[in-house]
Amino acid sequence: MKRTLPLFLTFVVGMFPIFAFFVPHRAVSNLNQQLDTWLVIVAAFALPLGVVNLVGSNIDKIKRKQRGWPYSVVLIAGLCIMAFYGIVGGEQGFHPYFQYMFVNMVSPLQATMFSLLAFYVASAAYRAFRARNIEATVLLAAAIIVMMGRIPFGDMLTGGKMTPISEWIMTKPNAAAQRGIIIGAALGAASMQIRVILGIERTYLGKGQE
Amino acid sequence: MRFWHVMLLIGLSWLCFTLTPIGWVHAIDIEGLVAQDTPSDGGQSIDLRWTSSSLNRVIILRSTSRDSGFTVIGEAIASDGAYTDFSVVEGKQYFYRLGWLSGEDTVYTSIAGPAVAKSNWFRKHRLNALVTTVLMFVLVVTFVNKAKQGKPLYIRRISGLSAIDEAVGRATEMGKKILYIPGILSLSEIQTIASLSILKHIAKLTAIYGTDIEVPNKDPLVFSAARETVREAYLEAGKPDQYREEMVSYLTYDQFAYAASVTAKMVRERPATNFFIGSFFAESLILAETGQGVGAIQIAGTADIPQLPFFVTACDYTLLGEELFAASAYLSREPVLLGSIKAQDVMKAIIMVVIGTGIVTYAFGSEFIRNLLLSR
Repeated sequence: MKRTLPLFLTFVVGMFPIFAFFVPHRAVSNLNQQLDTWLVIVAAFALPLGVVNLVGSNIDKIKRKQRGWPYSVVLIAGLCIMAFYGIVGGEQGFHPYFQYMFVNMVSPLQATMFSLLAFYVASAAYRAFRARNIEATVLLAAAIIVMMGRIPFGDMLTGGKMTPISEWIMTKPNAAAQRGIIIGAALGAASMQIRVILGIERTYLGKGQE
Repeated sequence: MRFWHVMLLIGLSWLCFTLTPIGWVHAIDIEGLVAQDTPSDGGQSIDLRWTSSSLNRVIILRSTSRDSGFTVIGEAIASDGAYTDFSVVEGKQYFYRLGWLSGEDTVYTSIAGPAVAKSNWFRKHRLNALVTTVLMFVLVVTFVNKAKQGKPLYIRRISGLSAIDEAVGRATEMGKKILYIPGILSLSEIQTIASLSILKHIAKLTAIYGTDIEVPNKDPLVFSAARETVREAYLEAGKPDQYREEMVSYLTYDQFAYAASVTAKMVRERPATNFFIGSFFAESLILAETGQGVGAIQIAGTADIPQLPFFVTACDYTLLGEELFAASAYLSREPVLLGSIKAQDVMKAIIMVVIGTGIVTYAFGSEFIRNLLLSR
């Protein structure tokens, strides 16, 4: 039973969205939406597990005075304060202090991390575009053409030829390669899903294959 | 005619044009108004169709009675010739007519209907997708059965997967930990499930070699599943005593806070090996570049096309798309799993033939295969 029930549930829950994709009847679509709602509920139940783990590991860090333990104090304090004002603020979380902290602390921190991406792109591009062999040289040439095609300076230098060449690279060889990967990935995903639905693949249950 | 006469004429014409209400001076030719249930839907809408060459707007009126009670429910451009009413109740009769202003009067078309929205049991325009799905199921079951009968199946070498042993071995030799990132999406994402399969294999290796592994998570469901997977792997490797709860931890649900935490771990603890396997978004390059910066051997795997170039650039090995999904079969060498990979390859060959034939026939003017592949 411990083995069969999860597999049976996986089969039913996995097959139903496929069934709903082809059957538009209201009864089916309503049940399908209900499944999505259940997924949110299950995820909500799993969240406390994560929070308990996070708080536990950080309290442990503080107790042992491990390296960087003051950051754990900040983390737990932030978690408690945000959670408190989130709950006090009601369903939408519109307590003014919650809003203040979200707008003035959380959002700038998120934006800071995101903006770091620009520097990482520059360092990754430097490494990728070194002309070490023929393939890397082709990549470098294509990148230069595409970049020049995206700015007016490229067209100014070449009398308007750069944009069409850049567009050709993006819409022909680049799109063709991407579609090849997409078709392969979609088939791989479909095959994996069938394995999971039919109970052939069970590693996600921690029980190994059939 | 003097110049100012011309300017005055243009000005007056413009004034007349802008002050004229829409449809005021226009006669609109509308013919053949038909109202009918939208085919292949869940009974949420009724389609209206008509023919007209006019570019003016018309108002759509609806009533539950043929004789009276028509109210405006929307408007459309006459030449579009179509409108879908989504504000209907299933099973209820509706009558429709179109109207437009002519002078100071409103002119109406004849009444169309009654039309009743009904729930349908099959989306006819998805028949091609149904045939493909059934074919895929049949192929998988067929090849899995063949594999069960002991027929040998070949799978090509995948460098990224072959390098896993080497990467774990390197961490063991250096006495440093392995960081495994299972992507940032939940268990409803198939890439995450594929990632857990690979995690199990790696956790078994770390259990055998006595190497430390850490799996920080963004999603609480994945956290629970990853913890179970690693525990099971240590049990299967015969080293349940080496398993520690801290190996699988939960960090945060926020994408960039997660990226910040993982990169901080990399910089502080300098893991020997990083695995980025699953579904990633903007944080992919932040993670991979930081790992590259600390000198870790890195293996990535994702089917998210926009993230692939970042991983290819910053990682030593990258599992591209389908290779990620083939990983569990490749690593376990289970004939049953290899059977499904074979089915996938056969399906790929069928698709290649269909696409090739479609290109050739389209070049000769036939749209048959193109139309056959169209789906909504």
